[in-house]
Amino acid sequence: MSSEISVPELSLVVLVGVSGSGKSTFASRHFKPTQIVSSDFCRGLVADDETDQAATGDAFDVLHYIVGTRLRRGLLTVVDATNVQWESRKSLIELARSHNVLADAIVLDVPEQLAIDRNAVRPERAFGPAVVVRQRKDLRRSMSKISRDGFRRVHVLRGVEEIDAATVSRERAWTDKRDLTGPFDLIGDVHGCRSELETLLGTLGWQIERADGRAVGATHPEGRTAVFVGDLVDRGPDSPGVLRLVMGMVAAGTALCVSGNHEQKLARSLNGRKVRVAHGLERSLEQLALEPPEFVERARLFMDGLISHYQLDGGGLVVAHAGLKEEYHGRASGRVRSFALYGDTTGETDEYGLPVRYPWAEEYRGRATVVYGHTPIPEPEWVNNTICLDTGCVFGGALTALRHPERELVSVPAEQVWYEPVKPLAAAAGRRDPAVLDLGDVAGTRHVDTRFGGRIKVREENSAAALEIMSRFAADPRWLVYLPPTMAPPETSRLEGYLEHPAEAFAEYHQAGVGEVVCEEKHMGSRAVAVLARTPEVAAARFGVDDGGTGAVYTRTGRPFFTDPALVTELVARLRHDLAPLWEELGSDWVVLDCELLPWSAKAGELIRRQYASVGAAARTALPEAVAALESAAARGIDVGTLLDHTRRRHENAARFRDAYARYCWPVSGLEGVRLAPFQILACEGRLLATREPHAWHLGVLSRLESELIAPTRSVFVDLADEASREAAVGWWKALTAEGGEGMVVKPAQFTEGRVQPGIKVRGREYLRIIYGPDYTESLDVLRNRFLGRKRSMALREHALGLEALARLTEGDPLWRVHEPVFAVLALESEPVDPRL
Amino acid sequence: MLLTITTTAKPATDLGFLLHKHPDRVQEFGQSFGMARVFYPEAAADRCTAALMLDVDPIKLVRSRGRSSPDFSLSQYVNDRPYAASSLLAVALADVFRTARTGRCDARPGLAAGPVPLEITLPALPCRGGPELAARLFEPLGWRAEARAVPLDEGFPEWGDSRYVRLALSGEVRLADALNQLYVLLPVLDDAKHYWIAADEVDKLIRAGEGWLATHPERGVITRRYLGRRWALTRTAFARLAEVGDDVEEDLEPPVEEEPAAPEHEPSPPPNASALESAALEGVESEGVESPGVVPQGAGSPGEESGGEPRVPLSTLRRQAVLAALEGLGARSVADLGCGSGQLLADLLKRPAFARIAGVDVSTHALAMAARKLKLDRMPDAQRGRLELFQGALTYTDRRLAGYDAAVLMEVIEHVDPPRLPALERVVFGAARPVHVLVTTPNAEYNVRYEFLTGHRHPDHRFEWDRAEFAAWAAAVCERYGYRVVLQPVGEEDPEVGAPTQMGVFSRAERAETGE
Repeated sequence: MSSEISVPELSLVVLVGVSGSGKSTFASRHFKPTQIVSSDFCRGLVADDETDQAATGDAFDVLHYIVGTRLRRGLLTVVDATNVQWESRKSLIELARSHNVLADAIVLDVPEQLAIDRNAVRPERAFGPAVVVRQRKDLRRSMSKISRDGFRRVHVLRGVEEIDAATVSRERAWTDKRDLTGPFDLIGDVHGCRSELETLLGTLGWQIERADGRAVGATHPEGRTAVFVGDLVDRGPDSPGVLRLVMGMVAAGTALCVSGNHEQKLARSLNGRKVRVAHGLERSLEQLALEPPEFVERARLFMDGLISHYQLDGGGLVVAHAGLKEEYHGRASGRVRSFALYGDTTGETDEYGLPVRYPWAEEYRGRATVVYGHTPIPEPEWVNNTICLDTGCVFGGALTALRHPERELVSVPAEQVWYEPVKPLAAAAGRRDPAVLDLGDVAGTRHVDTRFGGRIKVREENSAAALEIMSRFAADPRWLVYLPPTMAPPETSRLEGYLEHPAEAFAEYHQAGVGEVVCEEKHMGSRAVAVLARTPEVAAARFGVDDGGTGAVYTRTGRPFFTDPALVTELVARLRHDLAPLWEELGSDWVVLDCELLPWSAKAGELIRRQYASVGAAARTALPEAVAALESAAARGIDVGTLLDHTRRRHENAARFRDAYARYCWPVSGLEGVRLAPFQILACEGRLLATREPHAWHLGVLSRLESELIAPTRSVFVDLADEASREAAVGWWKALTAEGGEGMVVKPAQFTEGRVQPGIKVRGREYLRIIYGPDYTESLDVLRNRFLGRKRSMALREHALGLEALARLTEGDPLWRVHEPVFAVLALESEPVDPRL
Repeated sequence: MLLTITTTAKPATDLGFLLHKHPDRVQEFGQSFGMARVFYPEAAADRCTAALMLDVDPIKLVRSRGRSSPDFSLSQYVNDRPYAASSLLAVALADVFRTARTGRCDARPGLAAGPVPLEITLPALPCRGGPELAARLFEPLGWRAEARAVPLDEGFPEWGDSRYVRLALSGEVRLADALNQLYVLLPVLDDAKHYWIAADEVDKLIRAGEGWLATHPERGVITRRYLGRRWALTRTAFARLAEVGDDVEEDLEPPVEEEPAAPEHEPSPPPNASALESAALEGVESEGVESPGVVPQGAGSPGEESGGEPRVPLSTLRRQAVLAALEGLGARSVADLGCGSGQLLADLLKRPAFARIAGVDVSTHALAMAARKLKLDRMPDAQRGRLELFQGALTYTDRRLAGYDAAVLMEVIEHVDPPRLPALERVVFGAARPVHVLVTTPNAEYNVRYEFLTGHRHPDHRFEWDRAEFAAWAAAVCERYGYRVVLQPVGEEDPEVGAPTQMGVFSRAERAETGE
């Protein structure tokens, strides 16, 4: 005879049996070693002695900690301890409940003498037969009432034979429909609005089956599955009709339905329980009274059998009537059911006597999309990858459906107000909260998964440093959807007189298998990111900014470009005006641009004066007097050696240095004199243009803009296999830098995945005086000894993070998901790296 | 990089004996940061000039130093040290003219012992405080000082003057004294040193200042700057100078900082701007904050109006007001949001009624400083158990902030950009929801009472509100989040413009009052 035991896939399995009943053997036969936590093992952990009874208290603390951690992480766990006493089982059941998992008990009942004999041959169990006798007495006493302990099921195996023959299988949770991949049509609270439901299903392309003129089922020609978020009944004109249709669909497998609080209450009422007949229940009862009893009975069974929530589509979609926080997905407990049916409440009630809801969705950080109803709102709105579909049809609003995975909303208006709401619909709408980010989204050691650079680690101290910058200086995080990566220079040139030269950049890309590169003029300005929305409404809908703002322009560390907010507003307004052709060209109402803002002095004026001009002033004043002093000494016939020549050359270098910075300074007043040079259109609605389009496209689109504010970016394309093409580009670079240009950026002509630098900056000989000092040309040999590794690695990681942020933005991810990689870029920037690279 | 010393004593070429350097040779003296050379541009009987030229290798300078160098400009290749007469030149001078500084000269003992006519030029002397300060420091020593400001860039006249002056000194001074004075005063004028200031600097200062520093009217400035504003060292030096001179110790501490009045008239550590706080705070009892462009106010708060009897600093009054309010509310647990270096925390810890105290700041630097000042590592367990310090940002919700009777935002909100204030409101009043919230912020109306103030009281302030603006904000917050507020003045109230600081005491409204 063989017993088949089935335990839930995620559960706590409590073995019960005296010492020597074969629990460990049984456990190891049916479960993975890592799933089993034994009290003996824990005793050994805390006492170096598995039999030290004095350590039992501590050992069980450890056991509970391990079990609790595993359950929290969603792992099936088996407790291998005698558990013959009620108290020990009770604490384990409580532990399981606190993690919202079910507990099963498996009792191994063996003859007393067998257990005693088994222990006798095991030296570590030299505690004599009395212990087993006592444990068996406890077990006997337990057996009569163990079924009331709170286990989902108690499996009893009597005798060695039955124990040896038993099999253990895993049972899928009722909520687990992850194997269903849809596509789905999720439908909000119907509340007896059968006619609107039929209209909505029709709009969605469903074909309704009728019997005696009544809708009894529906199928979709494309095989879609409908999912009802509950509250089919009450308040509305035809709850039985809605039930008939949905029951038919569910029975035919074309729909799923989770329980709403109204189904729960109606079923209780039909079950003869005493419930307060209010909130529209009276209508359902009246309507059902007119139906034949068989139908009422079927409806009762249907509603009674509805479960709290479903996990669908590989776990990526969760449906629950009132929503569900992440740690409850796929869990089973009274608390989970209560959350799913009634939502999270603060325990308070508002002025209408309705419970005040806790805004769990604002704190939601899960990857699964959560779809729910329950709280009527005027318009469905995504909040952190969750959405409420209850648009109050029965109150005269609309019946709404969400197509998944298309994320399309479809609604039909109510035919009339079927039931007067207790409080006006609009009043129930949540105020949009400003940038609801939590410290947990950014603090501590983090691992950010990126699609173009794998998992990127951010160290705790870097997060801490970034937190200060972000909260003290950065622009509003809702606009801060991207930060540009740092850019590495090429391998150091060995050419006489040069520290950097295009040859190394070309060689590197050629070696990496890149066929064509673009060389873009490097504007000597300040890196700027411009985020622009076509209208304030787009800003509100797409960026959650509802203060009337329509965009932002910020620096590469996320700071607003001008301290005067009016200037930023004006710049944004002018950019939106001048870039207007992009809206049509891109088919998007918003755009993110990578740019350079000119002149350098507009942002760096203070730095230029304090650092560069100061050095220039000191040099200009000191060197002529030094030259004069040396000349006088030389005139006296003193041998000053090469010192005079050297000092004269330094004087010339100082003048070149001064010219190098002065070239990038011109006075600006307000926006007068400010120019923006966009060189890449990073993203727009639905498209990550940074990776999708080649640079030729970006430069082409941008070059067609006609605007005084917009500066063009000169460029040449280089076929790396063609020596002449390379040489031409070197000539171009030389000309550019000879007339005072900063240099150029070399990039693969198309986005290239893998560990290829996204861009390499090749800076001009004169420009480098600003970086390495006026006399750097005198010390090239020393300076050639520079290390690029860290800078290059940072550039790759930051690039991947920046693209990740944009990708998340284009996919409509919630703010915290976009903010995470942006914050990580800032955190990486706090890693020490030679600032001259 | 260049210093010339000229004498017109007869015969002038005796300068070679005094300096122990032969007039007809170029002599080289290797330094850790480059090469020092002495040569004579002129050497005639009536006039002889020695030049000390220092060739600083900026790359060597950068590479020989870690990133924790005290002088930030040193970590840059683009560096004025190769051109300016800085502490590097002072060090080279001390080394090259070691013997001359002692006043020893076996060949011309008489000449070395007495004053000689000298001219000294420094073409590019970094001088924080402008040409006037150079004059103030050298003239009491018997020099005629001609200091001319160097323009920053002639191509951009609107940029004004650089921090350099061309300094020409002339006078009858003993050569050894002249060298020692330069050795001390070059870094003092520059107000930056290239090496860490260690305790033996006090000895060096006392030695080099022998015979002139103790009686110098600006000895306070000189000592403080020479010792890099390390207060403990400065006090030691003051005490020792007092022993040398006739003054008593206290008199040496000038009541006001020597430099032009700073915008920060009520020095308080900006809780959000703590990163700006420099090592100047270390060991300093005052709350002076050194940040770019701001000069700390030295010990105590200067009486900016009348200069009458010593006044209680506003920051102290503010803390007293906050503590009184907290005690009046009966708060047992308090979170100091933006705790900075922990002054309020220290006051809270002294009062056992506050059983649970949290210090929160966005700057880890500030938290480390608070931990050090509160001597966290030596605090008894019972007291330690009452205090928690952690990093937090008031624009991110944070569950650790929940559950306090009171939260204090003392001089914090004005460090937040106005568009970010709604986020702060939500984090504090919406998510953390303490029973009470105390907010203090400057009263902008009072700013007219600060004589030299232009703009905000602190460069990191993003706004300063008048009383009406603060009241409007407070009312809006109450409306949004269900609080009531009582506004009160902090500091001496002016009949016209009110008190310097305004405080709002917010209390969570009872639910009954928001309901039916």
